[in-house]
Amino acid sequence: MAQPYSQLPRWVDYGLIPLINLTVAFLVAGLVVLAVGENPLRAAVLMVEGAFGSGDGIGYTLYYATNFIFTGLAVAVAFHCGLFNIGGEGQAYIGGLGVAVGCLAFDSVFPWWINLPIATLCAAAFGGLWALIPALLQAKRGSHVVITTIMFNFIAASLMVYLLVDVLKPVGQMAVETRPFAEGASLPRLDWMIEAFGFTIRRAPLNITFLLALITSFLVWILIWRTRLGYEIRTMGHSPKAAQYAGINTTKIIVITMMISGGLAGMMALNPVMGAQERLQLDFVTGAGFVGIAVALMGRSHPAGIIPAAILFGMLYQGGAEMSFEMPAITRDMIVIIQGLVILFAGALEHMFRPYISLFFGRIADSSLKAAPATTGEGH
Amino acid sequence: MIEAFNTIILILDSTVRLSVPLLLACLAGLYSERAGVFDIGLEGKMLAGAFAGAAAASVYGSAWIGLVAAILVSIALSLVHGFASITHRGNQIVSGVAINFIAAGSTIILGQAWFRQGGRTPPLGSDGSRFETINLPFADSINGIPVLGPIYSELLSGHSILVYVAFAAVPLTWWVLFRTRFGLRLRAVGENPAAVDTAGISVVWLRYRAVICCGILCGLAGAYLSVAQNAGFVKDMTAGKGFIALAALIFAKWKPINAMYACLLFGFLDAIAIRFSGIKIPGLFEIPAQFMQALPYILTVILLAGFIGKAIPPKAGGQPYVKER
Repeated sequence: MAQPYSQLPRWVDYGLIPLINLTVAFLVAGLVVLAVGENPLRAAVLMVEGAFGSGDGIGYTLYYATNFIFTGLAVAVAFHCGLFNIGGEGQAYIGGLGVAVGCLAFDSVFPWWINLPIATLCAAAFGGLWALIPALLQAKRGSHVVITTIMFNFIAASLMVYLLVDVLKPVGQMAVETRPFAEGASLPRLDWMIEAFGFTIRRAPLNITFLLALITSFLVWILIWRTRLGYEIRTMGHSPKAAQYAGINTTKIIVITMMISGGLAGMMALNPVMGAQERLQLDFVTGAGFVGIAVALMGRSHPAGIIPAAILFGMLYQGGAEMSFEMPAITRDMIVIIQGLVILFAGALEHMFRPYISLFFGRIADSSLKAAPATTGEGH
Repeated sequence: MIEAFNTIILILDSTVRLSVPLLLACLAGLYSERAGVFDIGLEGKMLAGAFAGAAAASVYGSAWIGLVAAILVSIALSLVHGFASITHRGNQIVSGVAINFIAAGSTIILGQAWFRQGGRTPPLGSDGSRFETINLPFADSINGIPVLGPIYSELLSGHSILVYVAFAAVPLTWWVLFRTRFGLRLRAVGENPAAVDTAGISVVWLRYRAVICCGILCGLAGAYLSVAQNAGFVKDMTAGKGFIALAALIFAKWKPINAMYACLLFGFLDAIAIRFSGIKIPGLFEIPAQFMQALPYILTVILLAGFIGKAIPPKAGGQPYVKER
């Protein structure tokens, strides 16, 4: 296949083009706000104020961002292998089951610093196992992982309703949730972090899983770019044929990658289930698995991009909630539109502006070539 | 005995009603995917169509205007999908996911802004703003005849026109795809676009026409949900039907007649889950209702695992076409 576009400088590829795509997505979202009869600029100001204007605002922003870092990493790891794991939602939901199992078993036995690793392992194992069948079907039968992971999202939803209503709910309790976890499964808050900047924090459930998310991001970076497995994953993503030719066991790589991806999605459950609600509730994922797709696309599947993208979406979630107090016409569902637009412009239409940009940079390179013929030997 | 028979008729009747949106969306996906454009966005297009249909029907007081609006909005989203995945060769899955989110969010935001009823549209009444049920001739007079009477008057008669349109669309789709030149080319472009291109036929235009067909049918499905089956739009009213339709499409191995059977099967499962909240097998155990709800997805996964024949998607599905240069 012919290479349709010329090579661009790295900062254009990883900085300018995503920025342009994102700007267009937000401009279109602004048009929607305009159509509803509100001022988009005021909406944006309200949103930023709601997200960063107070200690609790920042706390909630980072709390949501924690979820999106995990789900974003999950999608990103699969992307590197050329797989589209759309099942983060279901894997996170089942991961929550893992967290609950771990916490309910040991919450009155161990302190939190033993329970957190146990719950993390359970969450990752449950999420990873939930991705196993789609992975096997992709690897062995060639059935598209997108379809199977969608199916597994729905199966997870039904399974969790069944388990919570009929199995995990204490007898005689009305609310569909497990019993509250005991003291031993209560995670430390990060209030000191916000207070160090002179803000006060009261309600926001920002907890230690935020730091865990940052550490996990670093580990994912090491995995993808500094290990043999990561090399094989990326090779597979670039060209499955080349990977096979190089003697890489593609079946194994697909299964391992999907399980890592599912495990990362499952770890997202730590934050809401263990860190905030301290019990397992219905529908605690609330779309975070899908936000992960937007976050991974925006962050270009790199942890260094995923963290800011996750914080941006955390800002949208928190700021959007605050904004809807002031602008009742715009509910939190505005975020769903923005999410869709980001996925559209940063994902499906990511190359829309590329030809124009490469034309522009091609001209610049041409003129600099004429001005300084001595540099012709170097590629641009 | 009579009791059991009547129950069966009732379940089959609701099977028909429940399978119609699945069937329309499934056929929509069929056109698109047969032309090599995967469409995860059936759900979103159906939802947007349902909203536009109910909104227009309530404002203009006409179910037909609602139907047209539903189709137009759904086509518009199809064209967005086409623009991203055909013209700009973007990832078709990503584009479909985007459309689902855009539809899910904007139907609520616009619904709230326009009607201020918590994302609902005003209820559609009997003033022509909702599709009425059609009674087939003699439906009342032969109701008394045992067995055949109820089958005719309860099961076949008494549905809205969109139900009959949906079932008529099945042979029509078969005819279009397998007996017309357009259909031949459409299938060819999903298997081997380069060959179609070599024959001097525009791959891009052909695929655009396929996604427009998809848009029309998704619009019909949406309008059925909000203007015929229900009296108005409720937020997130598609509730995963677009994905069940997608599952049905795979289950049907991308064939129109099979699609009808698959949708009837999934509709039947849904009807049973609604009729009996959980099936009790006396003395043994109880099948929970959640299992029935999950069954279409489980069956599709089992199918994909290769236990019920093999589902082979169109060969060029999911790949943007790049002319050699």
